[in-house]
Amino acid sequence: MQPSSVKGPGGITTSPSRARSDGNSVVGVHITRTAAGTPHGQPGLPDHAAGTAVPTEPLHVPETDRHRHRRRPWHQSKRPSLRTNRSIQRLVSRPADDSDAVLEDGSRIAVVGGGPAGSLFAYFLLRLAHTIDLDISVDVFEPRRFSHCGPAGCNHCGGIVSESLVQMLAAEGINLPPTVVQRGIYSYVLHMDAGVVEIESPVEEQRIAAIYRGNGPRTAVDMPWDSFDGYLQQVCEKEGARLVHQLVIGMERDGDRPVVITNDGATTYDLVAVASGVNSNFLSLLEPDAAQGRAEVSRTFITEFELGADRILETLGDSMHVFLLDIPRLEFAALIPKGDYVTMAMLGDEIDTDLIKQFLDSPEVQAAFPTDSMPAVCSCAPVINVKGPERPFGERVVLIGDAGTTRLYKDGIGAAYRTAKAAAETAIVHGVSAHDFDQHYFPTCRAIATDNMFGRLIFFFTIAVRKSRYARKAVLRMTAREQRRRTGLHMSGVLWNMFTGSAPYRDVFVNSLHPGFLYGLARSLVVGVRPSHPEG
Amino acid sequence: MPIRRRGELGKVFTDGEVIIRQGDVGDRMYVVQTGNVEVVLESDGEERQLSALQAGDFFGEMALFDKVVRSASVRAVGEARVLTIDKRTLLKRISEDPLLAYNLLRSMSTRVRDLNDQISATGNRIS
Repeated sequence: MQPSSVKGPGGITTSPSRARSDGNSVVGVHITRTAAGTPHGQPGLPDHAAGTAVPTEPLHVPETDRHRHRRRPWHQSKRPSLRTNRSIQRLVSRPADDSDAVLEDGSRIAVVGGGPAGSLFAYFLLRLAHTIDLDISVDVFEPRRFSHCGPAGCNHCGGIVSESLVQMLAAEGINLPPTVVQRGIYSYVLHMDAGVVEIESPVEEQRIAAIYRGNGPRTAVDMPWDSFDGYLQQVCEKEGARLVHQLVIGMERDGDRPVVITNDGATTYDLVAVASGVNSNFLSLLEPDAAQGRAEVSRTFITEFELGADRILETLGDSMHVFLLDIPRLEFAALIPKGDYVTMAMLGDEIDTDLIKQFLDSPEVQAAFPTDSMPAVCSCAPVINVKGPERPFGERVVLIGDAGTTRLYKDGIGAAYRTAKAAAETAIVHGVSAHDFDQHYFPTCRAIATDNMFGRLIFFFTIAVRKSRYARKAVLRMTAREQRRRTGLHMSGVLWNMFTGSAPYRDVFVNSLHPGFLYGLARSLVVGVRPSHPEG
Repeated sequence: MPIRRRGELGKVFTDGEVIIRQGDVGDRMYVVQTGNVEVVLESDGEERQLSALQAGDFFGEMALFDKVVRSASVRAVGEARVLTIDKRTLLKRISEDPLLAYNLLRSMSTRVRDLNDQISATGNRIS
């Protein structure tokens, strides 16, 4: 489906904003750069990471009447009327003399990227707009089709929806269907050279979802499941968003309004939400005033093993397996059981074949997951955001999800939800100027960034534990004791929240200062130095 | 040992199993994932079904707003799978994002409307 636009000279299309204030009849759209990303890629590399910068000719586009392309008003759709009052809309709008950067009837919004951040932004924006009888239209640009298996329909991710996000989505009315949930995770199993311990869900419930962002590995043809990202796209489409299967190759300005450029032409919008992630080169195409600074990234390695459902149940069960091993350059590794496949996610410094082999051949991995006869059917090395840009917004532009701010190492989809919703609420309730995003959206980003500082501290301690066999044994001993007794779950709670990404890092840090935690740890350390130590 | 299924979230309750009991103090709310549950009011030794809920419906949300004991029991009709939402997790998130409560208020508003209809229908029958 094409965006609502009109062909202009030079093959460029446009649908200028009705609310524009300059009144110019000709709009100069200068396309200076383009990206040559394709939705298909190669194993070992993010498929859409490739792109080149090519100069092109300036193009002139006539202004046209946008109203001919207006979408069906929401109250004529099948949704039940909420009968809310227009006065709410007036209340939440900024004064007219302050700025005209507010969304109004007929406003058009583009979302660049149809992953969780993009789809959730579109969903919340439209839901809030419907609540206050605001008639807007949202185009979500996503070249990939998540119904494809393999890299063509994948978003390169370990694929865990955290316990807190599963709950929040349910509270929002978004319940993940069994076709999307590859496996409900019940427990985490911590593997160290000192031993193995299982940490069960504190509520004895499957509340963590192992999912595929796309439609699974390249060999997963005709599998009876659905992509997580595809499901969220359906959710936002049901709310009225329009999915545009085109690659955005640039973004420029038309007066104060952003212009989204695809191979089919240029379209002017009243707001653009950039949800491109950090694995495409789209962020490098943004004009400097669209946002300040770039996200800092770290590379991960993800690969898939095909085992079959029965074999997975025998080896890994409904548990996520986390490995804290003293292997140089390896920070963290996990095995995530899915339906018929197992996803292996590794985080470390310059992960290469040697490191992967060293990990897979380690006695701890071999004991839990003998991989001799299990070929990796799909792998990639995506980057993850470890520090967001200084200012993830600009005038009528906002960066959400990984492109903006995300949580350190864990629960990236949870951060996508939080930033998407905060951006949508800012746009509807306050306005779309840089000032509005600074006042009402940026605090959410700052809260995540501040929490990440606690995360860095916690991961610093984790490294210390990983490097000391004595500390590893103490952690294992304390956790095992708590799990046997099922009371005073101090270490278990800290590890659960740290591994699952379910709680803010600050809470994990505060819990690790609890007297019960400190006593338990001290006890386990002391027991460890005794020649013989009863562990009851 | 709870029943666990591969692609499912929440906890499975068998036919007739009580999910929340009238009179207990609650600290969480629930969302039906699959199957059906019924809300039952016990009074003077008699049971009366107040409502039947299905996938996507909330229950137990009143515990988020007051500290009064559960006003009714909820039990599974056939096999039902239910996800719990912790009060603390939800309230923390609502403090960051007050509009999250909007969805709950909408559900409670629908329930008040249904109760008004029931009262009105009962009044009509009496008169």
